[in-house]
Amino acid sequence: MGEKADVWQGTLALMVLKTIEALGPMHGYGIARRIEQTSGNVLSLNYGTLYPALLKLEQEGAIASEWGTSENNRRAKFYKLTRAGLKQIAKETSNWEQTTAILARFLGPSEDLA
Amino acid sequence: MSALRAWMRRLGGVFSAGRREQEFARELEGHLQMHIDDNVRAGMTAEEARRDAMLKLGGLEMTRQAYRERGTVPWLEALMQDVRFGGRQLRRSPGFTATAVMMLTLGIAASVAIFAFVDAALLKPLPYPSPASLVDVTETIAVFPHANLSYLDYLDWKRMNRSFRSLDVYAGAGYLLENASGTEPVRGARVSDGFFRTLGVAPLLGRDFFTGEDLPSGPSTVILSYATWQRRYAGRKDVIGQVVSLSGIPYTIVGVMPQSFVFAPHNDAEFWAPFHAMGECDFRRSCHGLLGVARLKDGVTVQAALADTSAIAKQLEVQYPATNRGQGASVLPLAKVIVGDVRPVLLILLGGAGLLLLIACVNVSSLLLVRSESRKREIAVRSALGASPSRLNRQFMTEGVLLVGISVVLGVAAAYGASQVLLRLLSKDMLIQMPYLNGVGLNLRVLSFAAAIAVLATLVFSLTPILRLSFMEMREGLSEGGRGAAGVLWRRIGANLVVFELAIAMVLLVGAGLLGKSFYHLLHVNLNFDPEHLATMQVELPETVYMKPDRIVAVRRQISERVAALPGVVAVSATSLPPTSGNGNTAWIRFVGRTYNGVHNEVNERDVTGNYFSTLKTRLLHGRFFNEDDDASKPLVAVINQSLANQYFPGEDPIGKRIGDSDLSPKSIRTVVGVVEDLRESSLDTDTLPAIYYNAETPQDSDGTYFHLMVRTSGSEAVLLPSMVAAVRGVYRGIGVSDESAMVQVINESQTAYLHRSSAWLVGGFAVLALLLGAVGLYGVIAYSVGQRTREIGVRMALGAQRGSVLQLILREGGRLAAWGIACGLVCSLVMTTLLRSMLFGVRSWDVATFAGVAVVLATAALLASYIPAHRAASINPVEALRAE
Repeated sequence: MGEKADVWQGTLALMVLKTIEALGPMHGYGIARRIEQTSGNVLSLNYGTLYPALLKLEQEGAIASEWGTSENNRRAKFYKLTRAGLKQIAKETSNWEQTTAILARFLGPSEDLA
Repeated sequence: MSALRAWMRRLGGVFSAGRREQEFARELEGHLQMHIDDNVRAGMTAEEARRDAMLKLGGLEMTRQAYRERGTVPWLEALMQDVRFGGRQLRRSPGFTATAVMMLTLGIAASVAIFAFVDAALLKPLPYPSPASLVDVTETIAVFPHANLSYLDYLDWKRMNRSFRSLDVYAGAGYLLENASGTEPVRGARVSDGFFRTLGVAPLLGRDFFTGEDLPSGPSTVILSYATWQRRYAGRKDVIGQVVSLSGIPYTIVGVMPQSFVFAPHNDAEFWAPFHAMGECDFRRSCHGLLGVARLKDGVTVQAALADTSAIAKQLEVQYPATNRGQGASVLPLAKVIVGDVRPVLLILLGGAGLLLLIACVNVSSLLLVRSESRKREIAVRSALGASPSRLNRQFMTEGVLLVGISVVLGVAAAYGASQVLLRLLSKDMLIQMPYLNGVGLNLRVLSFAAAIAVLATLVFSLTPILRLSFMEMREGLSEGGRGAAGVLWRRIGANLVVFELAIAMVLLVGAGLLGKSFYHLLHVNLNFDPEHLATMQVELPETVYMKPDRIVAVRRQISERVAALPGVVAVSATSLPPTSGNGNTAWIRFVGRTYNGVHNEVNERDVTGNYFSTLKTRLLHGRFFNEDDDASKPLVAVINQSLANQYFPGEDPIGKRIGDSDLSPKSIRTVVGVVEDLRESSLDTDTLPAIYYNAETPQDSDGTYFHLMVRTSGSEAVLLPSMVAAVRGVYRGIGVSDESAMVQVINESQTAYLHRSSAWLVGGFAVLALLLGAVGLYGVIAYSVGQRTREIGVRMALGAQRGSVLQLILREGGRLAAWGIACGLVCSLVMTTLLRSMLFGVRSWDVATFAGVAVVLATAALLASYIPAHRAASINPVEALRAE
């Protein structure tokens, strides 16, 4: 494994939301594993930091939680998106696209700027 | 939106922390197990799997901590912890807590209750729109700074002034109202057309008076007060247009005032009628019976309006010297006139309550100091265990906040109760005169005042132990028996606080002493008549029946005879105005055979029956009273009081001298036949003016349809009054009777007596509490000092000191503090009591006897307060004291 990247401030929430959107209702451990996989194991994620983020999203009303049973029969709290969460994804996705698009102009071939 | 929502959830989370953490523990457990399961499946040993899972998680405790911080508001949670801890601390020393809370509650309750009155009376006394531009406009003369206006002067002032948007006048009126049960005298007021518009109030029903409706040619209309509408007309809407007969004249009801309408000077008026100048008085420039109220034009100050009206008054003086000489103008803010005498009383009471609160705060501060002393070890241990100084300070502040919080809640509740009790103590008549007091209660301003006190007190109480702590080396507290410098330091601070407390207590005691003495003087002022067993009542004759003076004289004799026949009645007499009702109803006199400089000689004028002075037991000094021979066929006679004799006949015998009006018109000339003592016509706290008494038995001096019966009885006035009322009504059913009362009661319930009584009692109450708190404070300091010096005293006694000398040692310490306190108190009192001067009567602000008496009381209390701990010190067993450490 090569060098691992830290999770940027503020991006974790969007990753969590997108992950839940992709997987449907999922527990914290599952979300953590999925984020690692999705990032191609490049992101170094302390699983512990996920929980305050989940709590924050829940407090903001973007997700809701419910106790359930995992695939191998463990008690776990399952998180699912709310309607507000879906809206938040749309909003933050477009924000990100805008940001990356702007950044891309700076990082791209520089002949335009010359 | 979602951020706000998150905050609310976190705030809520403060209260569900326990449940949430349990749930999170379960969630984490599930997380770890799933991770371990996966790891084991990937081929790790159970041990490795667990280690890896924990590692990936990034530390169990850190995760929990992060989760907890996100779940609640961390500082709030710390605060709650402080509050819980502080509450436990306070519960652990219930004696301290109860004492501190009680003292603070007392101080806060007193201040807030008095402030509620100040708020109602001084901050918002006028229930009218833009009250600041309302002014009271009257004439002023040498003997009465606030005199009445005459109608003709009013018309000129109204026409000539450039300062008022509108100027209106009002005067009280009495009407006889016929109803099913007979004739009832009712109060009313006559007002100029724009009166209600000037105040900025409009009728609830019907219409206001139209411009010109107050002219003599205007229609007889009347506007009802709300209470009258409800009581006499059952609140019926069809009352508008109905006719009511007032003193035999039909008036058309055109309007009803709203319930909220009050007008303090005539708040008992049931019927408001347009002025309609009538009779001889209204058209005589020298007959002053009106008061003015005006709305200032925008940007015109009270001073400018005064200058304007004064200039007009000057001009009228030149134009009409006979009637207007010496008649100046007075323009005052209406609020000031309406609140009047109550203002200084309230400010003094607020000051007294403030001082009491101050003592309470000082006392609680010193209690806190003693406590922080005894908590030295606890604090040292806590700081050794890692509590930061700021965390410790916050803990002290929290305890202060808790103490103050409890006290403020209790204090405000007590203040509400106290203000209601104080209101209840006011007589109904007083409340009618002071309608603004109906607003006494817990409004926003009063609550803000309480909050401000709370904030200040909290600051003081949290700063005290913090200051105390910073003086102290924390580590010292851990060493056993650390007595050293800290004890000495506390003694010095605590001692100064006690001196301060005793000084304040002294100020309050002196104030109470002076006010009490004033009240005593007021009630024992020389009345020059005997108010005991004296009944009084006002009789109103219907003008339509009794128009001629002859008939008035005749019916008054008839009434007197009926009343005289009642059991227990010793003598019956009549006067146009009863004693102690106040200077006023004056006449201008001039002396036959003397040069006249045109100055108005203003004297009280009363029409009395022949036996008036003997009934009142007012002594005759020279000459004679009126007698049977003084009838219409003889030259008119008069009796004067001693002041008039002294002022206008110095070194002369006034008997036989002749007195007339300013023009010496022949029918006004009267011969002086007697001089009586200064029968107190004025209110209790003002001097009686020179007075002249005319003989009401002669028709020339008996044109009034109103008079007061003064009846001397051998029995109880209360028993006599109902039969008196019945007897008078029995003469003719159209006669109105009102204000029946015992003269003693009239005096005791007068506003002057009330104001002096209430201020004396309340300040007295504050002073007693202050004395108590001061003594408790002194006791605390001495007792603490004895506690600190137990060992020293033990050594002294072991070395042979006698118990007596130990007692003396401690008493001397208390004595020194008390002496300082009394000395400072004396100086402060000298300064403070000058502020009381306007409230004092018959006593100087530096009354030596009061000061000396208070010093003795304070010294005695201090001696008692230090004797208890001194006695305890003297009974210390030296062996035990030395072994104890």
